[in-house]
Amino acid sequence: MAIYLIRRFVIMIATIFVIATLTFILMHSIPGNPFTTQDRSTSEAVQENLNAHYHLDEPMIVQYGIWLKSLATFDFGPSIKQPTETVNDLLVRGFPISAELGMWTITIALISGITLGVLAALKHNGIIDYIAMTLAVLGISIPNFILATLLIQQLAVNLQLLPAATWSSPMHMIMPIIALATGPTAIIARLTRSSMLEVLTQDYIKTARAKGLSPAKIVIKHALRNALMPVVTILGTLVAAILTGTFVIERIFAIPGMGKYFVESINNRDYPVIMGTTVFYSAFLIFMLFLVDIVYSILDPRIKLHKKGGS
Amino acid sequence: MEKILEIDDLHVHFSTYGGTVQAVRGVNLYLNKGETLAIVGESGSGKSVTSNSIMQLIPSPSGKIVRGSIRFKGKDLVQTSKKEMRAIRGVDISMIFQDPMTALNPTLTVGDQLTEGLKQHSSVSIGKAKKKAIEMLRLVGITNPESRLKQYPHQFSGGMRQRIVIAMALICEPDLLIADEPTTALDVTIQAQIMELFKEIQDKTGVSIILVTHDLGVVARVADRVAVMYGGKIIETGDKDDIFYRPQHPYTIGLLQSVPRLDMKEDILQPIDGTPPDLFAPPQGCPFTARCAHAMQVCANVHPATSYLSDSHQVECWLQDARAKRQPV
Repeated sequence: MAIYLIRRFVIMIATIFVIATLTFILMHSIPGNPFTTQDRSTSEAVQENLNAHYHLDEPMIVQYGIWLKSLATFDFGPSIKQPTETVNDLLVRGFPISAELGMWTITIALISGITLGVLAALKHNGIIDYIAMTLAVLGISIPNFILATLLIQQLAVNLQLLPAATWSSPMHMIMPIIALATGPTAIIARLTRSSMLEVLTQDYIKTARAKGLSPAKIVIKHALRNALMPVVTILGTLVAAILTGTFVIERIFAIPGMGKYFVESINNRDYPVIMGTTVFYSAFLIFMLFLVDIVYSILDPRIKLHKKGGS
Repeated sequence: MEKILEIDDLHVHFSTYGGTVQAVRGVNLYLNKGETLAIVGESGSGKSVTSNSIMQLIPSPSGKIVRGSIRFKGKDLVQTSKKEMRAIRGVDISMIFQDPMTALNPTLTVGDQLTEGLKQHSSVSIGKAKKKAIEMLRLVGITNPESRLKQYPHQFSGGMRQRIVIAMALICEPDLLIADEPTTALDVTIQAQIMELFKEIQDKTGVSIILVTHDLGVVARVADRVAVMYGGKIIETGDKDDIFYRPQHPYTIGLLQSVPRLDMKEDILQPIDGTPPDLFAPPQGCPFTARCAHAMQVCANVHPATSYLSDSHQVECWLQDARAKRQPV
């Protein structure tokens, strides 16, 4: 186990390094620099001073070295656009909000998706099944930004039930979470349903019934655990989808999370912020995938995290 | 002898998109206490459906017992409520399924799966349940049971898993054990071991066994009585010797002839020509008519009544009818 963790950690670091390098290359291959988008024209001397200050006049390889150094020390320096704040400040301020949105979303998507899927499978071809699957198709096909604007129009503007934007109370959280969770819920529901249907025909379910176990016990103990394997498998991808979803949703609802800084930083060519947020997002995602693997091995004893060392 | 199980005129139908399958069409059976009854027949003859009916494990809503009764210790299981049935399953009647590779849940430990039936049906302490599980594993011949309890099914071989499945079925000390092709998925040497195990367990516990199989070798080894099923009906029943030495139904004879033997002179097998009847539209008369070398006109039109050849031996065939002409053999 320890060997596995160490190996996994090394791979994570390597992945982050590759992402960091690719981001650096991509970022600098976009024409222009942080100052070309500014409205006010700056004199050439000022421009040169600015470039020198942010090391933009150095050769690429030196800039790359500086970037790697900042990555290694977790100090991405100040934002170019908002020089009063460091990238770390933005992360510390933005991440908890994004994380709150993301965690609520994934929790709600998991609970409602699995419940819907199980109910649909148990009442296979029944009315609940049809309703659940119709909702699931809708959920998958409606993009979250459409749903978000619809929700705002209906619940906030027309009915005035919920606040239209920002992130300050539980009431503010309802709409963004619904908008973001609907898609994943639908995916999880469909997946749970189909894998549950398959598991329910397995011999071990028959064995469990032959033992005289109660239906609830059969479903929860014997069927669900096996049926959740595919759900856990796609959980990694789903976290990624929710993560990218947060960019859009945070923008629509004016939520001051990380997504906002991420999108703005790209528009502004705010190099340090782009680098910081990208690496942070990737590190987070990689860590999530790692967690998924751990959960997978807990759910299914046949999967071993360490290759060597027998049963 | 005390009859522990009596099946009377059992009819089971399955509704499918293609129509209604009449899988079991009037099965009469009984089982004495402590004996082993083998139900033999080819695939689709209704033997598994019959055994699943006893447990009330017919997949619903597609499958349905449309007529008949299954009396277990005097109680009609067809009329029993779902809740009552749950209290019978695993406690009074246990079942073993065909494939031990899939009959165990891959994500739960063997110990958990062994004891859960016990915990469900009685209020035993965890320690006692564990003790009982160890005892059962020992009974079915698994060495080192204490440490084996914590292992998962994938850490056992096929034969071992079938032993565990058997231990699981016996842990609540049932009166009746239904084994649905328990050795089909195992290789031949393991088959023999498992069949020995059945005998051994019966000697020790006195459990009655219904053995569903298409393997006549298995039947010869362990069965006391044999019921031959064909086309959803039991066409011949009798003691093991009746069936093996004095088979009367042309199908039983054909079945016995199609088994390869070491002392066989010809080097080709003698299969029964033709295919089993279509149970979507079962034939009016004897289902074997189309494949029977001795078929008469009456066979196609009317199903023969039961002929009682001896106390134990019964056959449903027009050749055995009192009105049929006798020819010296």
